[in-house]
Amino acid sequence: MRTRLTVNGEPREIEHDTRTTLLDALRDQLGLTGSKKGCDHGQCGACTILLNGKRVNSCLCLAAMHEGDEVTTIEGLGSPEALNALQKAFVAKDGYQCGFCTPGQIMSATAMLEELRAGEPSYASASLEGDMPLDDTEIAERMSGNLCRCSAYPLIREAIAMAAEVKS
Amino acid sequence: MRDFEYSRAESLDAAAGQLGDGASIIAGGTNLLDLMKIQVMVPGRLVDISRLEDLKGISEHGDGLRIGALVTNSELAADARVRSGWPLLSRAILAGASAQIRNKATTGGNLLQRTRCPYFYDTAMACNKRTPGEGCAAQGGVGRMLAIFGTSEHCLAAHPSDMAVALTALEAEVEIRAADGGTRLVPVRELYRLPGDRPDLETVLEEGEIITAVRLPAPLPRTRQVYKKVRDRASYAFALVSVAVAVEMKDERIAAVSLAFGGVAPRPWTDPEAEQALIGAVPGDDAFATAADALVAQASCHPDTEFKKPLLRRTLIAALREATGLAESAAATPTTRTPA
Repeated sequence: MRTRLTVNGEPREIEHDTRTTLLDALRDQLGLTGSKKGCDHGQCGACTILLNGKRVNSCLCLAAMHEGDEVTTIEGLGSPEALNALQKAFVAKDGYQCGFCTPGQIMSATAMLEELRAGEPSYASASLEGDMPLDDTEIAERMSGNLCRCSAYPLIREAIAMAAEVKS
Repeated sequence: MRDFEYSRAESLDAAAGQLGDGASIIAGGTNLLDLMKIQVMVPGRLVDISRLEDLKGISEHGDGLRIGALVTNSELAADARVRSGWPLLSRAILAGASAQIRNKATTGGNLLQRTRCPYFYDTAMACNKRTPGEGCAAQGGVGRMLAIFGTSEHCLAAHPSDMAVALTALEAEVEIRAADGGTRLVPVRELYRLPGDRPDLETVLEEGEIITAVRLPAPLPRTRQVYKKVRDRASYAFALVSVAVAVEMKDERIAAVSLAFGGVAPRPWTDPEAEQALIGAVPGDDAFATAADALVAQASCHPDTEFKKPLLRRTLIAALREATGLAESAAATPTTRTPA
């Protein structure tokens, strides 16, 4: 079957099996291997992409269900020559060790900063309303869908806090 | 994943017409696709309802809310009306899954998600829920996450939802499109069946029925609401036990109380006796302990879940302290709020 969708601002068309996940379509058909297949069950977050602006696990999306949708992957955020604020912060803070989870961490953090701007609360927020400070506890809670088996968590949180400051 | 036919429904009626013969509805797919990958679920056809506008959005319905079945967990938890009037629901949803999952998982799908019992997931092990009559490997197996109420010799699995626990305490109703095209309402409290000798039959939904919405009744005035969840890690883990409390105070006594418990039963568990022990009581650890003792007295534990009895007892007491204002909620736990 055929599905048309927009990937990193470009219209793309893929031909695929009904069973193909968005993750496999991105990696195998479009050659966008920045999104990683870690667990393939929505537990690790390495495959995180933005789907119509919201972060989701692309391993738990069927390509067939996303006709006309807008997808952003790590390849759509910056380039090696011109890193964006989060990418720069991950480099500056050494927010990784092996790097396998990093694309998912950065995609997830990108959406997380938008969710904060929209005033969406988290489980760690003291109040469900009003401004919530982006402290370490908030970042940890909001990023809990992204595992790092090297356990670079403290530096990942520092990188996100740094990028959040640059943006605000 | 086994092969399947895929069709995108253009209307609710069209979706209903394509059910039967091993077909399954798909919306968010966060649980179904996971189970299809390991072939615990092998639908021959997926009917995609994710584009049906009628099932989207949250609207005011009387003094309550009508939440479309396709409303995502994120959308529901962040809704300003839910945050102020039914904070218990926002808190419970935010206590579950990850931000990525909550962006995709829907209200209807959350209610119908399957257990995370490891024996249900492992196709090499016996499971009556997966294959009726096969046996239950959890009996005599290991299982820290198993249920302690409402189980049978055929099944020890717990329902994993946090959202459904809050909806139970808030006395929400499920709006269902019946197979004949009519609408019927089922309280969330009555949606789930206990396993008995047919653990594969999990809800009272009939073949061909589709959940279209959840209806939230007006919150009781002056209620204070708390959701307290205990789990093996700080975030992104299922509940060992969870407690939903909505309390109405009058003249410094408990005038009304609604309790529901997660992680402990095949459905969000309720206990009228524990509620009765609190009504009219002056808030305090004596009254709370009486209620908690009545609750855990009904438990029937696998050796690995004995710890849930004292844990549930303490969690209920702590939640009641917060809900009645005897304890300030900590920053990282649900707050008690008085809706406007």
